[in-house]
Amino acid sequence: MFDTSPILNGNRRALARVLTQIENGMPEAEAALGALFPHTGRAHLIGVTGPPGSGKSSLVNELAKAMRSAGSTVAIVAVDPSSPFTGGAILGDRIRMRDLAGDPGVFIRSMANRGSLGGLARSTADVVIALDAAGFDKILIETVGAGQAEVDIARMAHTVLVVEAPGLGDDVQAIKAGLLEVADVLVVNKSDQPGAEAAVRVLRASLDLAHPVARQWAAGALRPPPLTPPPSKAGEGSGVWIPPLLQTVAVQGRGVTELMDSIEKHHAYLHTSGELDNRERERLEHELEQHLREFLLASLLTRLGSGSYNAALEQIFARQLDPARAARQLVEQMQHPAHA
Amino acid sequence: MSEARPIRVLVAKPGLDGHDRGAKIIARALRDAGMEVIYTGLRQTPEMIAEAALQEDVNVVGLSILSGAHMALVPKIMELLRANGLDDVRVFVGGIVPDEDVAALKAQGVAGVFGPGASTEVIVSAVRGAVERRA
Repeated sequence: MFDTSPILNGNRRALARVLTQIENGMPEAEAALGALFPHTGRAHLIGVTGPPGSGKSSLVNELAKAMRSAGSTVAIVAVDPSSPFTGGAILGDRIRMRDLAGDPGVFIRSMANRGSLGGLARSTADVVIALDAAGFDKILIETVGAGQAEVDIARMAHTVLVVEAPGLGDDVQAIKAGLLEVADVLVVNKSDQPGAEAAVRVLRASLDLAHPVARQWAAGALRPPPLTPPPSKAGEGSGVWIPPLLQTVAVQGRGVTELMDSIEKHHAYLHTSGELDNRERERLEHELEQHLREFLLASLLTRLGSGSYNAALEQIFARQLDPARAARQLVEQMQHPAHA
Repeated sequence: MSEARPIRVLVAKPGLDGHDRGAKIIARALRDAGMEVIYTGLRQTPEMIAEAALQEDVNVVGLSILSGAHMALVPKIMELLRANGLDDVRVFVGGIVPDEDVAALKAQGVAGVFGPGASTEVIVSAVRGAVERRA
């Protein structure tokens, strides 16, 4: 039986050890997660995503400082990419977080994505469970530098910050599907640099196109969309959250207090609107699906042995069988081994 | 589904000298050898290094010191690592370290000391060997 008390009582060594077991998929991790999970559900999970070089780590550093001043404890999970060839990684997010060193109310863990697409590592969700159980009020989850499709963070976090910087793309980039759509709060960082106003203008225009009509429809509002945008500012009053657009200069700490206020407003909105329950349900369902997929694949391989699997693979390679049908046949073999 | 357990290494530059070229080359070489390298940047205090090693639960700490202050910094870091319960973490030092200091550092528990001529292959295999002996 896993003893949760060191972690619940703030033993950082015990926490760090469990995070390693989780990351490495060690057998001990399952018992640990089982015991820790009932203690979760309290933390505010905040995702920070955006293109490489937009200043995510610096902004996380500043946000964490502001949250500490406001009396919250903060955990940070910073994900960087693994090399697809060697599996090695340079995890460099701590370089920008040196201000947080020595503060017992902050815990920073760097993770390599170990080949996962989507901007996070496979075990990031479980790492967040352990940090939540350890009692941190705020958990900041920084994705790998993300472009357009790395939107896993939208399922994992309660509040998603999308950080952009001047000069990274034109207005067509901004209306493509993907990253911008998952933003609960949009930030133009490095706003002291040339092109900041243009970036803000483009993002504002794309926000006006995307909101609130689309969100109201998605939320199942029965009445036709209003012809004029609601007068509310940034999600106040109306039942729909309109992502605010903020400007920051992280390295100078400018705009960070306002950013933290927006994050808090979104958190309050999630509570009052009931949206928090929806997101939690969606998040946990997604995690269930992820684990099911892994367990089913693992149990299929154990039940059938590598022989059938390799035979199917050879048939596919010889172009005798397409991958989809091969998968179906393997599953049927597992369900009805007699026919095999 | 395989259990991947890459070696985790903290590469840190304690003290005040601002030359991190060597540390970056080592970080890159360890990465290319399949390790996960947490790079902390310049001007780290011993306290910062010991705390980062704890949070990141690394197998190895690599210290790059070019200032000559290794006899002041390394023993302090070793002491703090032990105070954090990190007795099993292997510590390597890179920099310009006189022979008599190398012996003194090894007596303190440092696993290896590398001077300016050391090749990255030698360093990588020393790091891997030290972790595998512990495992």
